[in-house]
Amino acid sequence: MEKLLSIIFIYIFVENFVLQRFFGICPFLGVSRKMETAIGMSMAVVFVMTIATLVTWLLYNFILVPFNLTYLQIVTFILVIASLVQLVEIVLRKISPTLYQGLGIFLPLITTNCAVMAVALLAVRQEFSLLEAVVFAIAASIGFSLALIIMAGIRERLELAKMPDVLQGSAVTLVTAGILSLAFLGFKGMLTL
Amino acid sequence: MLIIYAIAALGVIGLLFGLFLGVAARFFAVDTDPRVEAVKEELPGANCGACGYAGCANFAEAVVSGEAKVNGCIPGGDETSKAIAGLLGQEVGSSVQPVATVFCIGDSFKTSDKFIYDGVADCEVAGNFLGGFKTCSYGCLGYGNCVKACLFDAIKMGEHGLPVVDTEKCTGCGLCANACPRTIIKMLPRGDSGYLVLCNSHDRGKSVSKACEVGCIACKACVKVCPEEAIVMEDNLAVIDLEKCTDCGKCAEKCPPVTIYRRNAIPTEAQALAYAAEKSAESA
Repeated sequence: MEKLLSIIFIYIFVENFVLQRFFGICPFLGVSRKMETAIGMSMAVVFVMTIATLVTWLLYNFILVPFNLTYLQIVTFILVIASLVQLVEIVLRKISPTLYQGLGIFLPLITTNCAVMAVALLAVRQEFSLLEAVVFAIAASIGFSLALIIMAGIRERLELAKMPDVLQGSAVTLVTAGILSLAFLGFKGMLTL
Repeated sequence: MLIIYAIAALGVIGLLFGLFLGVAARFFAVDTDPRVEAVKEELPGANCGACGYAGCANFAEAVVSGEAKVNGCIPGGDETSKAIAGLLGQEVGSSVQPVATVFCIGDSFKTSDKFIYDGVADCEVAGNFLGGFKTCSYGCLGYGNCVKACLFDAIKMGEHGLPVVDTEKCTGCGLCANACPRTIIKMLPRGDSGYLVLCNSHDRGKSVSKACEVGCIACKACVKVCPEEAIVMEDNLAVIDLEKCTDCGKCAEKCPPVTIYRRNAIPTEAQALAYAAEKSAESA
């Protein structure tokens, strides 16, 4: 129990996937323009990351390890994530058109989100149990959402601020991301596994 | 041996996922009308919302189900309406494609400011702060909410502090008109003919002339001179009815502050900047 709690805290704050590990920078910068899209993306990521980690963990421990094929993990995981996203899209479209419309383009976009891959890989590398792996995936995706939503909040306000032309757009976004990352550095060393 | 294992494992996993996806796709298939897809193809795809639906996809669905009219897409204009009507085998009604018109020519050189505003760069916020920094409480504030709203890159903020509409790019969707907190932008039927009173101020004449060199001072000279009776005073502002206007131009000649212009001769950014240069040379 204690380990699960520390996994949650560590991967939301201390080892935040975006701001400390620098995974998933593309969606972090790409969809953080509006709060609405940021929340949509966050929901989709939490959803996919959790399911992807669950499946990849099972696949790794019950197929790749027994057959001594662990060196195939990256290509297998890519396969899993890509088809899983596709599956989720198909199922969601039927079961909940509202959620499907809400997530929209972000669902397929997640296929190329390296944070999803990283969670799957780290979960096996850290030798987590199945429960720990799933909790880890949820925590990591919440960490991702946290970073994305904070960023969207800041960027919405920055849109209205006066600033020199050279700083406008991507420049100030990158500076903001850097400062945000520095701020999260404050959690460093608070907890380790 | 190792290679065979690897190939077999990946192959089997891939096959399983493929099969699974195939089955799922069949099992969870959603019946979609192919016409919806076809209609969507014909739409501009800007998701501007001018049709009253959330996006082009929603509009396509509504058209196919008969809920919306084939000419409902304003940015698409006649061409799109015809294409959609062709797809659905319906008659096209006429669709007018309006154009955004800025009803203020009080650029930053012809108007005076009450105070220096240094807050959030947004028309809505600037306008709400002590009634706006401009002496004229109806004029354009120049922070470009309309520019931010435009999805077609058809409106930009000129250096003279007024928005400039690119009539060729303007699709008439009306997003800019909705975005303007002072309702300075109005959607008018496309065309060059007809004269307009390019002012939005409902203030009395005296306070208008203090605030702006070119505002409508409600002198009624145009109302009196118009042979067609196309001009009426609405709350201290002359308004020309474009349908009655015969393009004679007598009102523009009479207007003392020169607020009335023909629609193809609206003062440009270059003219405003030239005026500013002249003014600063004079004062120097």
